[in-house]
Amino acid sequence: MNAERQDRGLLRVNEEECKGCGLCVEACPPKAIAMGERMNHYGYRTAMYKGSGCTACGICFLVCPEPGAITVLRTVKRMVAALQTETGVAACASN
Amino acid sequence: MSSESIAEYEVAYAKPKAFYERYERKEELQHATHYCPGCGHGTVHKMLARAIDDLGIKDRTILVGPVGCSVFTYYYFDVGNVQAAHGRASAVATAMKRSHPGSVVVSYQGDGDLSAIGSAEILHAANRGENITVIFVNNAVYSMTGGQAAPTTLIGQKTTTTPDGRNPLNEGYPLRVSELLATLEAPVYIERVGLGDNKQVAHADRAIRRAMENQVRGLGFSLIEVLSPCPTIWKMKPVDAQRWVREEMEKTFPLGVYRDRTKDATPRPMPKTAPALEALPGILGIDGDEDLAEDAVCATDAAIDLRVRVAGFGGQGVLLLGEVLAEAGLDAGLEVSWLPSYGPEMRSGTSNCHVRLAHEPIDSPLVTAPNVLIAMNEPSLRKFDANVQPGGWVIYNGEEFPPDCARQDVHVLARPFTQIADALGDARAANMVMLGALLEMTPGLPQASIDAALRRLVKNPKWVELDECALTRGRELAREVLQEVLQEV
Repeated sequence: MNAERQDRGLLRVNEEECKGCGLCVEACPPKAIAMGERMNHYGYRTAMYKGSGCTACGICFLVCPEPGAITVLRTVKRMVAALQTETGVAACASN
Repeated sequence: MSSESIAEYEVAYAKPKAFYERYERKEELQHATHYCPGCGHGTVHKMLARAIDDLGIKDRTILVGPVGCSVFTYYYFDVGNVQAAHGRASAVATAMKRSHPGSVVVSYQGDGDLSAIGSAEILHAANRGENITVIFVNNAVYSMTGGQAAPTTLIGQKTTTTPDGRNPLNEGYPLRVSELLATLEAPVYIERVGLGDNKQVAHADRAIRRAMENQVRGLGFSLIEVLSPCPTIWKMKPVDAQRWVREEMEKTFPLGVYRDRTKDATPRPMPKTAPALEALPGILGIDGDEDLAEDAVCATDAAIDLRVRVAGFGGQGVLLLGEVLAEAGLDAGLEVSWLPSYGPEMRSGTSNCHVRLAHEPIDSPLVTAPNVLIAMNEPSLRKFDANVQPGGWVIYNGEEFPPDCARQDVHVLARPFTQIADALGDARAANMVMLGALLEMTPGLPQASIDAALRRLVKNPKWVELDECALTRGRELAREVLQEVLQEV
């Protein structure tokens, strides 16, 4: 059931831009961000999305001091997906 | 089949368009700002950029950057950018807004910039109610220069210049800018926000947007003070610095709205637009038939290379004398320069000016070695006499030329010009008697040019008449001396 449930959002961290200040980790309400172990080209440990839990609230984006280090995506067509599953219609998009 | 396979995403929060794609500050690191990890400037930049995006004003925003860590705003914001001298951002923003009334002008300043060296500028910009938005980033220290105490430094806070902590008896109390400006009548919106936690950050974002909206609506002066972390100078981890904003800074600088008259405010009238370039000659009264210098044909063939120093007390007409001479040269189509040099006191101080007239373009308006010195009193003579070129003239206002100033290699015309002018009708015309003497000694300027110059600079017809009389008298006096000189030769 969990595997089928969609998160409302998704987070992308630009590892080259992130300076590893950790403010997003502190700010994230569902604690979906962690500091990675890997260092980037400039020697900063960067933030990383844990892979699930993002609600697309955007507070991590707002506290982040770098203009483009964080991009927050919001899920759309969740309703469509659920509807299609319920009615047994085949997915129109195949990856 | 699963719903995952057709999940799609749209961008909810991404780098605002008001930022440049890349920052060309250096060859390298063009993808990131120069700010330290956890710096509040980056966060405030982002809020400002979001507001610019949302209001759709990128193409008419002018951002005035300060001196401090945020000096490089022009590398980041894809808007009109000006970088002001230390503390002057709100004064520069005033000029920007007034000369470009349709633009949205933001003065972005730190606490060292705004509350110390720029305290006068912000006070008066606020008091005039300029229709600008000021973003005031307060981190309680001078960060860029290494952490000296600022007016905003907290009591007890250790900085490089308050190693034992700020002591109010020695360094005064923290300056609360928002409260101070809120005592003024004109500001429309003043709020202090913080970057201390999520709630504060989200609120700061809204406040900055409101401050920008106010300007778009033409309401007047808005200032947002942002309590902002400086992890590097505070020697804290970014998260701890954030907490320090919330737990320490806030005690001294309470968050809140200090002024909000946005509901009652009516849009300020737009300032009058600047006149068109073509209209300027009319406004300055130099239109009509009068030729501009570049069109003038030189009216004299005589070899003229005048380097004149005129000196005297303020009020003796030193500058006017030089001006008439220069204006006459201009009228005659010569190259001229006139450089006044006087102290802050307009009367009773010393005053002098440099005048040059030549056929060739003038390299420097300074006259360090004059070929004519007009000294309207003894101190001026003593000051400049030694520099007169050999073969040059000294025209001195005095009965007797001081013997110790005498030089064998210069000609002298010493007369009590003040008394002579007094006899003509007014002692103040002494300058024109002396000018008349100079014109006689250095022929070449057409009389018509001199008349025209006099009429342009002296408006009162009574004075024009007296001055013409004075010029004639000066010429007579010079002729007498010139004959003596010729006889000697």
